[in-house]
Amino acid sequence: MIKRLFKLAAAVSAVALLAGGAVAQDKLKVGFVYVGPVSDHGWSYEHDQGRKAIEKAFPGKVETSFVENVPEGADAERVIAQLAQTGHGLIFTTSFGYMNPTLKVAERFPKVKFEHATGYKQSANVATYAGRFYEGRHIAGLMAGKMTKSGIIGYVASIPIPEVVSGVNAFTLALRSQRPDAQVKVVWVNSWYDPGKEAAAAKALLDQGADIIVQHTDSPAPVQQAEQRGALAFGQASDMSRFGAKAHLVSLMDDWSEYYVARTKAVLDNSWKSGDVWGGFDSGMVKLSAYSAIVPKDVVELAETARKEIMAKKRHAFAGPIKDQSGKEVLAAGKTLEDKDILSMNYFVEGVQGQIPK
Amino acid sequence: MSVDLLAAVVTAMTLAATPLLLAAIGEVVTEKAGVLNLGVEGMMLIGAVVAFAATSLSGSASVGILSAALAGAAMALLFAVLALTLLANQVATGLALTILGIGLSALIGKPFVGTPLPRLPQLSIPGLSDLPFVGPVLFGHDALVYFSVAAVFGLWWFLEKTRWGLILRAVGESHDSAHAIGYPVIAIRYGATVFGGALAGIAGAYLSLAYTPMWAENMTAGRGWIALALVVFATWRPFRTLAGAYIFGGVTIAQLHLQGHGFDVPSQFLSMLPYLATVLVLALISRDATRIRLNTPACLGQPFKPAQ
Repeated sequence: MIKRLFKLAAAVSAVALLAGGAVAQDKLKVGFVYVGPVSDHGWSYEHDQGRKAIEKAFPGKVETSFVENVPEGADAERVIAQLAQTGHGLIFTTSFGYMNPTLKVAERFPKVKFEHATGYKQSANVATYAGRFYEGRHIAGLMAGKMTKSGIIGYVASIPIPEVVSGVNAFTLALRSQRPDAQVKVVWVNSWYDPGKEAAAAKALLDQGADIIVQHTDSPAPVQQAEQRGALAFGQASDMSRFGAKAHLVSLMDDWSEYYVARTKAVLDNSWKSGDVWGGFDSGMVKLSAYSAIVPKDVVELAETARKEIMAKKRHAFAGPIKDQSGKEVLAAGKTLEDKDILSMNYFVEGVQGQIPK
Repeated sequence: MSVDLLAAVVTAMTLAATPLLLAAIGEVVTEKAGVLNLGVEGMMLIGAVVAFAATSLSGSASVGILSAALAGAAMALLFAVLALTLLANQVATGLALTILGIGLSALIGKPFVGTPLPRLPQLSIPGLSDLPFVGPVLFGHDALVYFSVAAVFGLWWFLEKTRWGLILRAVGESHDSAHAIGYPVIAIRYGATVFGGALAGIAGAYLSLAYTPMWAENMTAGRGWIALALVVFATWRPFRTLAGAYIFGGVTIAQLHLQGHGFDVPSQFLSMLPYLATVLVLALISRDATRIRLNTPACLGQPFKPAQ
C-alpha cells in the first residue's frame, strides 16, 4: 500500500514537473525539415542559413531545430508531426515533395503555423513560398551571350519539373537576345545531387564544343570541370567561386533569411496569415554573388542594369515574342507570360537542343 | 564523330570506369576467399573522405591515397572481426558497414565540405602523350588509372598462376577441405577481406581526388553497389570485371553525349542504359550455367567455425 502511494506521488510530481516545463517555456520553437544534408552547400545549406538568421534576429525569444536528410513521402509526414507534437509553433518544410505531408499534419495541428517551400497548395495554417529563380537565369543568359565564343552553352539539368524548364528557357531567351545564333545543349542527370554524374555531364558538354557551363544541380562539380578545361561557368545555389578561380563568372543564389525572419516575427506578434509568396530579386530571395574579376566591365554593367530593371518591373524574363523548339509562336510580341504559365512550363524555347523527358 | 570527340569519350569512359574497377577487383579477392562483404559502398565513402582529408592536411596525394587504403582496410577489418571471428551474419554485417560508412564519412568530412583541392596530376610521357588520339586515350591519365588496370592483370596472375592464389580459391570453394589440409582458413579470409577493403578505399580516393576533387556527403552515389553487381555478372573473373566496368563507364558517358546532341530518346531511358547494357553483355558472355557454377566460390557467404 505504502509502495503504491509512493508510486502515485512520483507520477503526480512527474506530471507537475512536465506542466511546469510547459509554462516556463514561452519561447517560440521554430522547426525546419531539410531534404538534403545542411552541408550540401546548396539548397538545404541556404535554408539553414535562414534558420541561423532567425536565431540571430530574435535572441532569447526563439529556439530553432532542424531535421536533415528527410526523404520526401511517408517519412516526411512522421518527422513533421513529430515537430508539431514537440511544441513547435512554426514549421518550415523546405522541399516540393513535402507538400501533401505538410497539409495532412497541418490539419491535425490547427494551432501550429506551417510554411512550405515551392509548393502550390495552401490552407488556413499552411503558407507557401518560392523564389523566382528564372530571374537569375535571365541575368546569366545575358552575360553568357556576351561572353561565349563558340556560341554553344552546356546546361547540366536535374529533374524535369517546370522550375528547371523555365530556368533553361529564361536563360536561352536572354542568351539569344545578345547572340541570336547561340545554342543551349541540355543534358539531364535525373538527380539533384550526384557529383560524379554532374561532372561527367559537364565534361560531355565541353567535349561537344560548349565553352560556358550552366547548372541546375547542387554540387560544385560542373564548375570544377569547367575550371579544369579552361571554360567558364555559373555557380548555383551558393557562391561557388572557390571551385573555379578562372572559370566562375557569378553564382545564382537563394537567400531565405529575410522571409524567414519576417514570418517568425509575424508569429511572434500574432499577425501571421497564410498566403503564397513568389519572390524574385525584389524580395531578396533570389540573389547574385559578387561578379568575378574575369567578367568584363561592360558585361557587369549590362547585368546590373537588367537586374535593376527587373526589380523595377520594367523588364520581364519572359517577354514576347517567344517561339518554342518547333518554331511555333507561344507568346506574341509585346506580351509577358503570366505566373501560372511559368509555373506549368513544359516546353523548350527555340535555341535549346535537347528534350524534356516526358 | 570527329577523332577528338571520340578520344574525349574514350578518356571520359576510362575515368568513369576506374573507381568501379578498383572496388570490384578488391571484392573479387574477398569473394574468391568465400567472404561476402556488402559494405563496399561504406568502405568507398570512408576511403573518399580520408583521402580528401589526408591530402588537404598533408598536401600530398600519395599520403591521401595511402591513408584511404588503410582506412578502407580498417573498415574491412571491423567487418572481418564481426563476420569471421564472431560469426555474425555476413549480409547483415555488410549492410551495417555501409550504413556506418555513410554516417561516419559525413562526420569526418564535415570540416572539409566546400573546400577545393587540386586534381590528382595526370602523368604525361614526353612524346607519347602528345600523339593524336592515342596520346590522350592511352598516355594522359593519372597514376590510379594505370594502377587499376595493372591490378586486373596482377589479380589474374595471382589467382591462376600462383600457389597462394590456388590456396585462396580453395578456401573459398571448400573451407572444410582447406582446413583439413591444414590451411589457416580464418587468417586467409581476414587477409582477403582486408585487401578488398583497401582497394575499395582507393576507389573512394579516386572519386574525391581525381574524378571530382572535393568532398561531398554520399558522393559515391551508389557506385559501391554497382561494383558489387559487376563482380557477380563478371562471374568473379578479372578480365570480365574489367570489361564490365568499362562497358558501364562507356555507356554512362555515351548517354550524356547523346543527350547533348539532342537525341530524341527519354533521358530516363538513357540513364537506365548503362545498367541494362552491362547486365546484358555480361549475362551473354557468361551464359554457360556450368561455368558460372564452376566460377562461383562454393562457400561464398558461409560462416566457418573450425572443428576443435
